[in-house]
Amino acid sequence: MSTLVLLTMTGLGLGALYFLVASGLSLIFGLMDVLNFAHGALLSIGAYGTWWAASGNLPGAGPGGAGFVLAVLFGTAVGTAAAVLLELAVVRPLYTRPREQVLATVGVGLAVPALLSGIWGSDAHTFPGPEALGGTFGLLGAQVPVNRLVLVGAAVVVLVALRLFLGRTRHGLVVRAGVEDRAMVTALGIDVRKAFTLVFAIGGCAAALGGALGGLYFGSVDPHQGTSLLIFAFVVVVTGGMGSVTGAAVASVVIGLVQQFANYYTAAGLGDLAVVVLLAVLLLIRPRGLTGRLA
Amino acid sequence: MSTATDTPDRTDKRPAKAPARAGRTRPLRWWPAVVLLVLVVAPFSAVPVPGVLDGPLGSAGSLQLLATCLLFGALATGYDLLLGRTGLLSFGHALYFAAGSYATNLFLLEAGLPFALATVLGLLFGIALALALGSVSLRVTGIGFSMVTLAFAQAGSILVSRNPGGITGGEEGRAAPSDLLPSSLVGIDNTANLYWIALAYLVLTLGVVHWAVRSPTGRVWEGIKENERRVEVLGLKPYGFKLTAFVVAGGLAALGGIVHLLLTGGSTPQTTTSDFTLSLLVMVVLGGSGTRWGPMVGGILYTWADHRLGDLAGSGAVADLPAVLRVPLSQPLFLLGVLFVAVVHLLPGGLARLPSRLRAASNRKETGEQ
Repeated sequence: MSTLVLLTMTGLGLGALYFLVASGLSLIFGLMDVLNFAHGALLSIGAYGTWWAASGNLPGAGPGGAGFVLAVLFGTAVGTAAAVLLELAVVRPLYTRPREQVLATVGVGLAVPALLSGIWGSDAHTFPGPEALGGTFGLLGAQVPVNRLVLVGAAVVVLVALRLFLGRTRHGLVVRAGVEDRAMVTALGIDVRKAFTLVFAIGGCAAALGGALGGLYFGSVDPHQGTSLLIFAFVVVVTGGMGSVTGAAVASVVIGLVQQFANYYTAAGLGDLAVVVLLAVLLLIRPRGLTGRLA
Repeated sequence: MSTATDTPDRTDKRPAKAPARAGRTRPLRWWPAVVLLVLVVAPFSAVPVPGVLDGPLGSAGSLQLLATCLLFGALATGYDLLLGRTGLLSFGHALYFAAGSYATNLFLLEAGLPFALATVLGLLFGIALALALGSVSLRVTGIGFSMVTLAFAQAGSILVSRNPGGITGGEEGRAAPSDLLPSSLVGIDNTANLYWIALAYLVLTLGVVHWAVRSPTGRVWEGIKENERRVEVLGLKPYGFKLTAFVVAGGLAALGGIVHLLLTGGSTPQTTTSDFTLSLLVMVVLGGSGTRWGPMVGGILYTWADHRLGDLAGSGAVADLPAVLRVPLSQPLFLLGVLFVAVVHLLPGGLARLPSRLRAASNRKETGEQ
């Protein structure tokens, strides 16, 4: 029983991490038809920003308490800024050429991890975190690490915030309409390009937050963390239906749980295999993913 | 009346112009043969190529680098059969390359088959894998196809790094046994033979791609790339044509994997990763997707730059620079990534378009001056 609880919580924590990356990825793809290969790089930037700040380089920030919150905020802000910069400088000039937008993000996705390992070395760095988040708590007889709960909490907050933003605000309406039919939104005289930058900012913010909290989950940061998470985020996006935030949420929970349980009960690595096989099978049965294409 | 006066003028001009044009283009048309001849005799030469190669042209180190460049030039050309000719964005091309390499290696090591048989079986395994997985992945279109190919390749990558039964060697890969290979392909003295094999593979790939693209099937590929729906309306089923392209490209990649096995003396798990496919993508786009020579040029340049930039990073000239310049310059992937973004932005169509763009620019200048 305790193993079951621990596996479930770990799977949910991993799923939360996937969701933080995949939600932005899904919105960007739904709205712009751009598969953002640089999204893993945004996560890495968030992780390194937080690590840099929490290691005492930013005044006021530190590994514990309010200092750590400041460090996470700093990392998230840097990641968001990087995402906006990416959209304005790299993606926007290629507005009419979606395939070349994808290629440009591939280039950025190669360059950023290389730059990070150039500055801070290619080895993993220990991630500093508050004492309170390093411990465990008892749940149904299992000792569950607290950081799983932090990740799940953050993912739920991001999900609710995204739902509220998409459902209740005017900008959210434009984004939803753009996902449905971009040409029609443009024809109605709405500058959809503002929504592009907005969606990139939101996606970058969520991914960077994922990076900052992923540092807690993995206990370390390294330049290629984001890239290796990105493939599973792709799996989540496609499984959930491209452009759908709710779909991404459901899919990330499913993928995270399947991966953890298969890895534990069969052999290490087989869970990763199961997930990609799951994706292939699903796409052949339902090419549009679990939920179809709805924001 | 006016036509009568015009016609003699034209016929007068034509004979005067035609020989001049033929004289100009005929030697130019044969440049690939000249380049090929130079490449074939390169191992016999000891000409130093300062800046491009470390040692003289015929030395083992230079030949090894050149052979790797030629191999990747060929691989990029084969990959472009999907990307540039049929419009299929596959993220799983590495799988078929690795399949050729690992299958041949395992037929040698585990089954103890003779070299020639192992090579043929390795190639057939790669083709069969491409046929099986291609027939499944092509059932979805667009980005879904890209994702399924990525998923299959990732599954292959995980399988190789998990090392089932100890046969793939996990993270370390598996060295090809030198006692099981023909003696003329082993050792530093025989690098020239490997170089010629890589060159032959490049020629074969260029030939197959060129021939396939000009065949009736190639015309349909072009149609699929431009507008798949219209091909369907014309009464052709794109599925079979796309599968043909996928299997041909997969077979060429598997053959490339075998050449890579010989060239590097083993199979490494790096060749199974999605990064490997992405680097092929970068090569193709860098050189010019959908052109005859572009992918080859891109592959050769990328491989060469990857090697040379690594040397540059270790050199004293870079170590003495201030940190702002030293850090980016010491990362070949950073430079290649930035270069790639620059090419996508500033040079649509890749390097292959550069001459025609320069010509157009100079033409504009001339007419502007007039």
